[in-house]
Amino acid sequence: MRLRQNLTIRQKHILWAWGLLALPVIFYVVIRFYPTGNAILLSFQNWNLLGDRTWAGAENYIKLWHDDVFWKVFRNTFVYLLLGTPISLVISFLIAFHLDRVRFMHGFIRMLYFLPFMTSAVAMAWVWRWFYQPVPVGIFNNILASFGIPQINFLNSTTNALPAVLAPAVWAGLGFQVIIFMAGLRAIPQSYYEAARIDGVSGFTILTQITIPLLKPTIIFITVFSSIGFLRIFDHVFNMTTNNPGGPLNSTKPLVLMIYDTAFNGFNMGYAAAQTVVLFTVLLCVSLLQLYLLRDR
Amino acid sequence: MNALKTYLLSGAVSLAAIGSAQAVEIEYWQYFFDARVTAMEQLIENFEAANPDITVNMTHFPYADYRTKVAAAIPAGEGPDVVQLFYGWLNDYVEAELIQPLPADTFDPARIDAEFFPMVQAMKDGDQYWALPTAVRSLALFYNERLFEEAGIESPPETLDELVEIAGQLTKRDGAGNITQVGITTGMNAQDHHWFREVLVRQMGGDPYENNYQTVNYNTDAGQAAAAFYTGLEAEHGVTAAGFMDEPQAAFKAGMAGMHIDGSFRIGALDKVRGLRWGVTELPANAEGMRSNYSSYWVNAITTKAEDERYDASVKFMEYVTSDEAMQIWLDVVGELPAKPSVGMTDANANHEVYGPFIRGLAYANTTIFANESAQRQVLMDMVQRVSIEDLPLTEALATAAEEEQVILDEYYAD
Repeated sequence: MRLRQNLTIRQKHILWAWGLLALPVIFYVVIRFYPTGNAILLSFQNWNLLGDRTWAGAENYIKLWHDDVFWKVFRNTFVYLLLGTPISLVISFLIAFHLDRVRFMHGFIRMLYFLPFMTSAVAMAWVWRWFYQPVPVGIFNNILASFGIPQINFLNSTTNALPAVLAPAVWAGLGFQVIIFMAGLRAIPQSYYEAARIDGVSGFTILTQITIPLLKPTIIFITVFSSIGFLRIFDHVFNMTTNNPGGPLNSTKPLVLMIYDTAFNGFNMGYAAAQTVVLFTVLLCVSLLQLYLLRDR
Repeated sequence: MNALKTYLLSGAVSLAAIGSAQAVEIEYWQYFFDARVTAMEQLIENFEAANPDITVNMTHFPYADYRTKVAAAIPAGEGPDVVQLFYGWLNDYVEAELIQPLPADTFDPARIDAEFFPMVQAMKDGDQYWALPTAVRSLALFYNERLFEEAGIESPPETLDELVEIAGQLTKRDGAGNITQVGITTGMNAQDHHWFREVLVRQMGGDPYENNYQTVNYNTDAGQAAAAFYTGLEAEHGVTAAGFMDEPQAAFKAGMAGMHIDGSFRIGALDKVRGLRWGVTELPANAEGMRSNYSSYWVNAITTKAEDERYDASVKFMEYVTSDEAMQIWLDVVGELPAKPSVGMTDANANHEVYGPFIRGLAYANTTIFANESAQRQVLMDMVQRVSIEDLPLTEALATAAEEEQVILDEYYAD
């Protein structure tokens, strides 16, 4: 008690602050940092979940380097990112931009866009999987067939499968991005637009000179957020290709699915941890790069 | 009077003490599957009635957590005394010293060799058994009776040639040539990879593996013939479509498939489908009448945690769960097949309308010893898709598959 009385007000403040911070700090250390460190350690070991962990040195990383499937999967992951992020960004901006001006049933339309975001990814992926089936099950191919157009192999194709899996993933994320964009649009002061209009500036110039520059923080947020999402894509792929996870011929397999398969079907925890460390590094680099590129000058 | 009371009381106390010294509690673990839990409860009840001094506590977990929980608990001296595990995991459990061999005096290997169906010998290492199943599973050919009647087919196919012919009669296409009903379902992702490995390759005169399943041996003429037959069902005869209605069993359940190869564990699910009239028959033989089958099973084993009186109790419990009585209960409650011919081959069981074909299949069944079942399955799935999607010649695809699978086996057996 004496000790506390001897402290200055400033010291007491610091004590309080740390006291309150202790909870999240402990939480993060135990739930995040410790497992992360442990996973990095594990990536240098061999472990099948049952026996003892044994040292493997860099063996897991060397194996990864020579693993054709890994490079295929690595490429897939970036295809998800490089297709998914720009497409969803453009579509969600266009929707938000126009929805912002719609007064008629505004709330209802906004809800329609947001609904997929609230739906369970698993349920959605299964429904889409059935949409994509050949006749007599799949709705898309049934429509094509009824017009006499040859069927399209959506999922059973090494070229079509990845875009087919990506489409519902983009659609599911749209709602969230639209809401964020609309909040961003509303935050732009109306006076800028009024001033522009008085000067007789065209709509396109308003868009490129006022709206988009002022939306920059929003765009950064959405880009980083959705990039991380696409780099970690798993549930859509796993559930849409559940009979042949990541197939056909690994053409849709993202890194997370490979990690899952290595860890929980192959029980090769060390190798899975090495893959996880690679994913972690990639996520870190991509996030830092984006923050750097989109930083305020 | 008082003296007498004291005498009686002390007698009662000492009796109670003896009682508690003999009472043993053992732990039994299995993964959660409704019918299995019910059956095991019944077995435990019977066992406890026969052995009043032993109590068996059953714990069950979701399948996904099972391995981790077992692995964490046993070294800590917690967990099970008797544990259920998939036959394919045996190696891992033995190497991690989680289980101990069954005592040879109670479980005499020679007697087990004679009494159990032959594929159970996969659980034997040298002159001791590590684990034993209560029940086993095998494959058979399900067929849709309604579609058979509609097409005027009297009986299910007996040979592979008949299979192709009947499948042709059962296949339907729409005006554009799209398949709308398959004669037989196919999909390496389902049970077909077992059918290919242990049945077709053997029927074509090959042996899918050598060196106790450590060397792939299907990149041979026999393997070539088996793969050609399998892929020919779609490519040549057009009686099936891979991935038709998403998965084979769904197509069969929906009544859109004439025939379907699946395991005995599918019986329960098919029974629940309203309006589906189905029958089941043994897997078709080759032209010479040779049949083969694939069998898999879950086994029970005694863990390294069980010592002293708990060990003795565990041995007794193992004896009971591998007894004829337990196997009959398991068949009646879970629908899984008895692991001994003495129970399986009784007239009632072997000629049973539904279980019969599966049980008869056990007599000539083989059990693949997998290093990583899902990865080895993937290899065969990829083989078929390299042919169907990437137009690779079958010989090349088969050679690649054999190489890829050998890598998986080599890695697993390296350490």
